[in-house]
Amino acid sequence: MNTYLGANNIVSPLGFTTASNMEALLQGTAAVKQQHFPFSESLFCCSKIEETDLNTRFSRLSKIDAFTHLEKMCILSINDVVKQSGIDLKNKENLLIISTTKGNIDVLEGAYKNIDSHRGYLSEFAKTVGKFFDCGFAPLVVSNACISGLLAIIIAKRLIENKSYKNIIVCGADIISEFTLSGFKSFNALSEVPARPFDKNRIGINLGEAASSILLSSDAISTIKISSGNSANDANHISGPSRNGDGLFQAVKNTLGDSKIKTVDFISAHGTATEYNDEMESVAFSRAQLHQVPLNSLKGYYGHTLGAAGVLESVVAVQSLLSNTLIQSAGFDTKGTSHELNVIKKTEHKVINSCLKTASGFGGCNAAALFEKV
Amino acid sequence: MKAKIVSYCKIKNNTVWVNGEKFYVDNQSVDITTFLAHLYKQLNLNYPKFFKMDNLCKLGILATELAIQNNSEFNNYEKDKVAISLSNNSSSIETDRNHIKTIADKNQYFPSPSLFVYTLPNIIIGEIAIKYKLTGENSFFISEKFDENLMCTYDSILLNEAQSSHTTAVIGGWVNVDGNEGEGFIYCLEKANFNPDRTGFSSSYNSETIHKFYNKTE
Amino acid sequence: MKELIENLKKQIIEQLNLAEVKPEDIDPNASLFGDGLGLDSIDALELIVLLEKNYGIKIQDPAAAKNIFSSIQSMADFIMANKK
Repeated sequence: MNTYLGANNIVSPLGFTTASNMEALLQGTAAVKQQHFPFSESLFCCSKIEETDLNTRFSRLSKIDAFTHLEKMCILSINDVVKQSGIDLKNKENLLIISTTKGNIDVLEGAYKNIDSHRGYLSEFAKTVGKFFDCGFAPLVVSNACISGLLAIIIAKRLIENKSYKNIIVCGADIISEFTLSGFKSFNALSEVPARPFDKNRIGINLGEAASSILLSSDAISTIKISSGNSANDANHISGPSRNGDGLFQAVKNTLGDSKIKTVDFISAHGTATEYNDEMESVAFSRAQLHQVPLNSLKGYYGHTLGAAGVLESVVAVQSLLSNTLIQSAGFDTKGTSHELNVIKKTEHKVINSCLKTASGFGGCNAAALFEKV
Repeated sequence: MKAKIVSYCKIKNNTVWVNGEKFYVDNQSVDITTFLAHLYKQLNLNYPKFFKMDNLCKLGILATELAIQNNSEFNNYEKDKVAISLSNNSSSIETDRNHIKTIADKNQYFPSPSLFVYTLPNIIIGEIAIKYKLTGENSFFISEKFDENLMCTYDSILLNEAQSSHTTAVIGGWVNVDGNEGEGFIYCLEKANFNPDRTGFSSSYNSETIHKFYNKTE
Repeated sequence: MKELIENLKKQIIEQLNLAEVKPEDIDPNASLFGDGLGLDSIDALELIVLLEKNYGIKIQDPAAAKNIFSSIQSMADFIMANKK
């Protein structure tokens, strides 16, 4: 049985559709830029969706002041996928999965006067989004740090292949907030300039906000399928990645093993641009004999969009397969990891048939999935 | 359904049940932090990292410890084949509120890295993985109430996954902390054919039994 | 200096939640990381916050933190040298 990856969307500073985002990526346009926030004298380099742009779009759907920034992003993203695919979320054969790390964290920060404080709970946030689409079931919420999005896609595949549902829309989303900016800053993990994944001069991450959605189905709705996917834990440290890349290696090994293949045509890596994460990935890919496979990280374009990242990067991976395009890994110039990696330095067109997508996060979690042309 | 539940622990209202039997009651503690410290002492854990954890992780670790202690086969699992599949309603909201307090006053603006790291619900999965060296599958779901149908469906998929055999056993359940209220319900599941001759507690895993065990707090 | 060392011990125990450690258990010259108190990378970041919060000292170069935090004594020396 196959699970297909169909209609999709990206809501980001680069655009409100997948097409507009892909166009920007092909031109090498990045969403991250330096900006000031009222709470700090420091500059933050991050990617943030303009409230006015979001409201202009959203006002065509519903009242702008009844929803939070994140809810509007999610609803716009899911609505695009619903419109493209005609999937009716009222139907109990269909499910909505939302992946997020912090949900409406700005509600907890007290950013809204007219929004009930309960919306700061992830389940209430998800219910609000689900209600907009008259979902037959309350949306399923996955909150598993930075692998949330990719894990949600893997969970959707499992539920479909278990015949629990026929169609599942996975929406990953997170916002820029003082909460996450101050936290990552205390971790000394932020870069004030655009992130440089895998580069020798990388100094840290940029945060970003985005909502991205993709439809998975047991019907042959597209020519791309998710063939296998697994997660694994480092069992090493709650914030520091394993020096041996143990968890990522295990997730990758199981994922390639399940599909009985040894290599892939390209890797959409996690690549946060912190010293330890990128180094860990190079060790894991080297152990998996994948060091010669063309690889990119999209964090140099979007920053780290946390719970959205796995979905957003999977959507771009699917589009890359469909258009046979290897997208340049923004910010990379000189090898900066102890193990060799084939980081994509220039966008090029080339026939590609398979993609390994990976993610790693706090709590020692790692995930890998294989996308292939049918 | 091809899985069985082989041990479980429920913690609520300063009381601990193991496999349905009352194990420990603390009549003195007025807050969850004190209760968790008392229970830690009771269990003689000798695990200093415990004191670095937030209450969500403390609760999860103690419930997991008791579920594992009462699973005679636990040491016979291959550690890369033990999945951790947890859920709650409040995510890490208590620690989220504490992090917000550290950034509320512009003149006393000291966000703490050791606090911030706990502002994710799946950190408890990491803590369990580290303590028991479990490197298998991970998933953290959010649901308003303990959703036995969801957990049963997903855990059964993990234990049954036809194409491969990455999972032999699952540490599953629910760990929720909101304000001074905490509730933990952790169970150990294993493949029905793992050791057909195992002795002691064992029951078939389905949403009815799990619903019954979750509510068994007499 | 002696008082500073005693205060540092108490502050570290509190800030790093070393609940089972007593001030008298800490040798000011013993290593804080690795075999000594067994602190980890998050603790190191927390010590940076501690210096800023309690002593108003900002560590500009995180790479220097390793030497500063090698022991209680080295922390105390650093505070004495940088106190305003």
